Amino acid sequence: MSWEPVIGLEIHVQLKTQTKMFCSCELSFGDPPNTHTCPVCLGLPGSLPVANEAAIRFGLKIGLGLGCELAPRSIFHRKNYFYPDLPKGYQISQYDEPLCRGGRLGDVRIHRVHLEDDAAKLVHVGASGRIHGADSSVVDFNRGGTPLVEIVTEPDIRSAERAREWLILLRETMRQLEVSDVNMEEGSLRCDANVSVRRAGESELGTKTELKNMNSFRFVERGIKAEVARQVALLEAGQPVVQETLHFDPQSGSLTSLRSKEEAHDYRYFPEPDLVPVAVTPEMVEAVRAELPELPAERAARYETELALSADSARALAFRPELGRYFEAVLERADGAPAQTVANWVAGELATRLGDADPAQSKVAPDALARLVAMVGEKAVTAGAARQVLDRLVADGGDPAAIVEAEGLGAVGGGDELAGAVRAAIEANPDAAEKVRGGKAQAIGPIIGHVMRETRGAADAGEVTRLVREQLGV
Amino acid sequence: MIDRAEVLHVARLARLELSEGEVDRMASELSAVLDHIETISELELDGVAPTSHVVEVGSALRADEPRPSLPREEALASAPAVAADGFEVPSPGA
Amino acid sequence: MSDLLALSAAQLAERIRARELSREEVWDTYRERAAADDLNAFLWVAADAPDTGDGPLGGVPFAAKDLFCVRGVPSQAGSRILEGYRPPYTATAVEKIVAAGAPLLGKTNQDEFAMGSSNENSGYGPVLNPWDRTRVPGGSSGGSAAAVAAGQVPWAIGTDTGGSVRQPAALSGIVGLKPTYGAVSRYGMIAFASSLDQAGPLTRDVTDAALLFSVMTGRDPCDATSLEHPEAIRLPSAQDLQGVRLGVPDDVESAAGIEPGVLEAFRATVARAQELGAEVDTCSLPHARHGIAAYYVIAPAEASSNLARYDGVRYGLRVDGDDGLLAMYTRTRHEGFGAEVRRRIMLGTYALSSGYYEAYYGRAQRVRTKIADDFRAAFERFDFVVTPTSPGVAFPLGAKTDDPLAMYLNDFFTVPMPLAGIPAISIPNGLSEGLPTGFQIAGPAFSENRILDAAYALEQAIGFDTAAVHA
Ligand SMILES: [Zn+2]
Repeated sequence: MSWEPVIGLEIHVQLKTQTKMFCSCELSFGDPPNTHTCPVCLGLPGSLPVANEAAIRFGLKIGLGLGCELAPRSIFHRKNYFYPDLPKGYQISQYDEPLCRGGRLGDVRIHRVHLEDDAAKLVHVGASGRIHGADSSVVDFNRGGTPLVEIVTEPDIRSAERAREWLILLRETMRQLEVSDVNMEEGSLRCDANVSVRRAGESELGTKTELKNMNSFRFVERGIKAEVARQVALLEAGQPVVQETLHFDPQSGSLTSLRSKEEAHDYRYFPEPDLVPVAVTPEMVEAVRAELPELPAERAARYETELALSADSARALAFRPELGRYFEAVLERADGAPAQTVANWVAGELATRLGDADPAQSKVAPDALARLVAMVGEKAVTAGAARQVLDRLVADGGDPAAIVEAEGLGAVGGGDELAGAVRAAIEANPDAAEKVRGGKAQAIGPIIGHVMRETRGAADAGEVTRLVREQLGV
Repeated sequence: MIDRAEVLHVARLARLELSEGEVDRMASELSAVLDHIETISELELDGVAPTSHVVEVGSALRADEPRPSLPREEALASAPAVAADGFEVPSPGA
Repeated sequence: MSDLLALSAAQLAERIRARELSREEVWDTYRERAAADDLNAFLWVAADAPDTGDGPLGGVPFAAKDLFCVRGVPSQAGSRILEGYRPPYTATAVEKIVAAGAPLLGKTNQDEFAMGSSNENSGYGPVLNPWDRTRVPGGSSGGSAAAVAAGQVPWAIGTDTGGSVRQPAALSGIVGLKPTYGAVSRYGMIAFASSLDQAGPLTRDVTDAALLFSVMTGRDPCDATSLEHPEAIRLPSAQDLQGVRLGVPDDVESAAGIEPGVLEAFRATVARAQELGAEVDTCSLPHARHGIAAYYVIAPAEASSNLARYDGVRYGLRVDGDDGLLAMYTRTRHEGFGAEVRRRIMLGTYALSSGYYEAYYGRAQRVRTKIADDFRAAFERFDFVVTPTSPGVAFPLGAKTDDPLAMYLNDFFTVPMPLAGIPAISIPNGLSEGLPTGFQIAGPAFSENRILDAAYALEQAIGFDTAAVHA
C-alpha cells in the first residue's frame, strides 16, 4: 500500500506599495534601523490606522489574477498576541470576511486571499550590558506595517516537487501582476505548508502539521519531502501524527517542533473598531481588471491549445514572460515554421546559452533566429551546424546566412557533391563496405563518419546514410 | 461564574501577573459582574446582526503617498531601553 | 478679577475681541487658579501662554483631559504605566482647538484610561468635587469637570465612552456634550474602547459647549471612523420648545439606585419643558436596560486589546526581571496598571477568549443592534429622549470602590447612547441635597444643533447658577 501526501500552502506576499499598510511611512529595504516609523506603526498611544488604497488595489489585482470572488464588503479583524515585534499587541488582519475567496491557479484551488500588516524585525544581540547575564534582542520597526497579502490554497498538492513547481508559478504570477518583488531570500515571498499523508485511494484527510521557515524554493521541496517521510515512518510504525508546527532546518534537513511552553494560541479575533469595512465598488474592480496582464497560467494554456506546444515548452515560455515575448516575435517572423520547433530553439538552445538574461537584450535578433530556424527547415544547414551558428550569433550577433557562408557551414546536400563524397568514403573503407553489403548494418558507421569529417559536419547525417545504402545497394 | 483556573488562564493571555490573593479576589469580582452580564443571555437575538461599526462610513482609504517618518531619536526617545539603534527587549524564549 | 471669573468662555472671547479684556489678563488669571489647584484636577499646567493667533475662540484658554496626546507635554491617560510620557505628536481635536485660537492651559486628571465613574481610579490620586470636597466629581473626565466647575479654566475637553463627559458634568454642575460617534476625530486620544470613545466639551453653559464643539468637529484623514458633520454647528438661540416632542423612558422612575431628589428635579424640568411648549410622553426602549451588560462586555473587550501595547518595549514603564520576556511583560503590566484597569482587561480578555466569544462579545454586539433599533423607533415618535444623567448626586469618596458592579450601575442612563452612537448632552438641573443633578437630552445621529437648541431653552428656564462655587 502506498502513501499519498496531501499538501496545502499558505503564502505571504509583501506588496510593493509606496507606503505601509496603515500609515504613510515609506517602505524600507535595508535602511538604518528605526528610520521608517511614525506614531501609527510604532503603536504609540492614541494613534489610529488608515488603510492604504494601493494595498487594497493590489489585493484585488491578486484576487482577479487568481480567479477569486471579490467580496463587495470585507472587514479587518484584530489578531491579539504579545510579541516584541508586534507594536500594538495585535496584528490587523482579516478573519471571516476576507477580501477574496475561492479561485484557482493551475491545478490548485485557492481558498482565500486576505490583507494584513507585517511584523517588525527582532534581532538577537546576545548578552545585554544592562542586566547582568540577560540575553537580549533589539526591535527594528522599519519593516513593521509593510502590507502583506496572505494566499491560502486548498490541500490540492500531492507531492513536494509539485509544491515547488506550483510556488514558482505563483511567484511568476505575482511578478507579472507587478504587486511584489517576490524574493524568497529577502522575505518578500514566504511560504508555510500544511502537510498530511493518507493511504492512496482514501478520501479522508490525515492529521496535518504546519511547516515553517522554508525560505527558498528548494527548501520548500526538501522540507515537505522530509515531513512526508517522517509522517509515513510514524504511521508505518503504528504511531500517530501529532498536530503541531514544525521548523525546517535546511542545514541538517531536520524538523523541530515549535510547540512552546506557552498556552495554545488564543488570538481572540474581533472586528477592528478603528477601521471601517472595505467597500469594493464595481468601478474599482473594472479599473484593476483593465491593468491585468496575461498571466503565466493563461499564457501556458494558450500555447498548448492554440500553438499545440508540449506542456513543458508551454510552461517554460509562459513562466518567463520575456522568453514568451521573444518566442512570439521569432514565431511571427519564422514563415510557417512549426511552433514547437521555434519553441525548442527559444526555450532550449537559446535559453541554455543566455541563462537568466532577457533574449530581447541579447545580440540575437528575432529575425536572425527566425532565419536560422528556416534554414534548418530547408536543410540548407544541419541542426549541428545551426548550433554553431547560434553560438556565433550569441557572441557577436549578425546574419546567420553570412555566418554560414563565411564559416563554410552550408549543408553539403546538393546531390552530386554529396554523392561524390560518399563514393570516396566507400572507396576509402572497403572492409566496412563489404560488411554492410554482407548484411551487417551497423558497420556503416566508419563510412558515414568519413563523409562527415570530409564535409566538416555540413552534411545531413540522414541524407548521407541514405546515399551510402543506395550506393552499396542495401 | 469564573473559577481560579480560568482566572489564571486569562491572566496569562493578558500578560498580567496576579498575586495569590488577587486571584481569588479577581475570581469573585469578575463573577459578580459576569452574573449581571448573563442577563443578556435571556434575550431572543436570533437573526439580529451584530453591530461592530455604529456609523457606516463606507470605505475611508488613504492615498499611497509617503509622508516623513519620525527622526530615529524621536522614535526611540521614550524607550525604556535602547541598544544598536533599536528597542532593546529580553530575548523571547530566553 | 471676579468679573472676569463670572464670564463664560464665549463672553470672554467677545470681550477679548472687543479689547475690553486682554488675552494676558485672562491667561494670567486662569493660569494662577490652575496652578493653585487644590482639587487635584490638573496633572500638568502650562508655564507660558502659547501664541495661538486670532480665531473664533479668541484666546480663551482650555484644558484637555490627560489622555489627549500633546506633543512634548505629559500625556499619561491617568496611568502610572505612562508616567511622564511625552508624545511626539498632538491629537487632532487639540490641534483644531488651538488652531481656532484657544491656548492649552493644562492637562486634567482622569480615571486611568478613562475607566471609571468617580475619578478614584486615577493613577495620580482622586479629584475632589468643588461642591463638596469629601465627594467625587464623577468620571472619567473628573478633572476637566471639576476644573471648569471650580473656575480653574473657562472650558475643557473630555471623552465619553459610557458617560465619561456627561456624568462628571452632571455631578459637578456643568454642561457636557457627547457628540455623534465619528463627529470628532479620535486621532491622538489614548484609546479606551474604540467603537464607543468620543471627545466632547465640558463647559459652564450650553453656548460654550456649542462654540467649542463647532471647532472640534470634522472629518480627519487620520481617523477612518470620523465623518464630516452634515450641518455647520450654530450657537443655540431657541427660547421655547414649541412643537418639540420629548420621550421619557418608561423605566426612569424604577431605575436601580435612583435618588428621590434626582427624580424630583427631573420631573420639575420635564414640567418646565411642557410649559415651554414641549409635548411629553413616555417612550419604550426595551433593550436600553441591557445597556450596562452589553457595555461591560464590549468596552472591556476592546480595552483589553487597546491596552496590549503597554508592554514596556517602546514607551512607558518597564519592570525588568531576571527571567526573560514573559516576566518583563507580566510585571510591567501588573505594576503599571491600577486595579480597575486590570479587572477590565481580565473581563475583556475573558469575553473574547476561545469558547466565550459568541456568548459574550457576539451577544453584546447583537444587543447593541437592538438598542440602536430601539432609539431609531423612538425617534420616529419623538425628537429627543430625556432622562436624568445619573441616578444619584455626587457620592462620598470611597463609597463604591469596593463594589465594582455598584459603580458600573451609575452609568445606567448614559451607556445606551454611545452603544447606539448617538449624541446626548447633560445640563445642570438644579440641586438635590445641595449637590448638582443633571438632565440628559439625547437625539438622533447628527442632531447636535437641535439638541443644543433644546438644551439652551431649558437652561434659560432652569436658571442654574454655575458660578456658585467659583469664589
Ligand atoms: Zn508609520
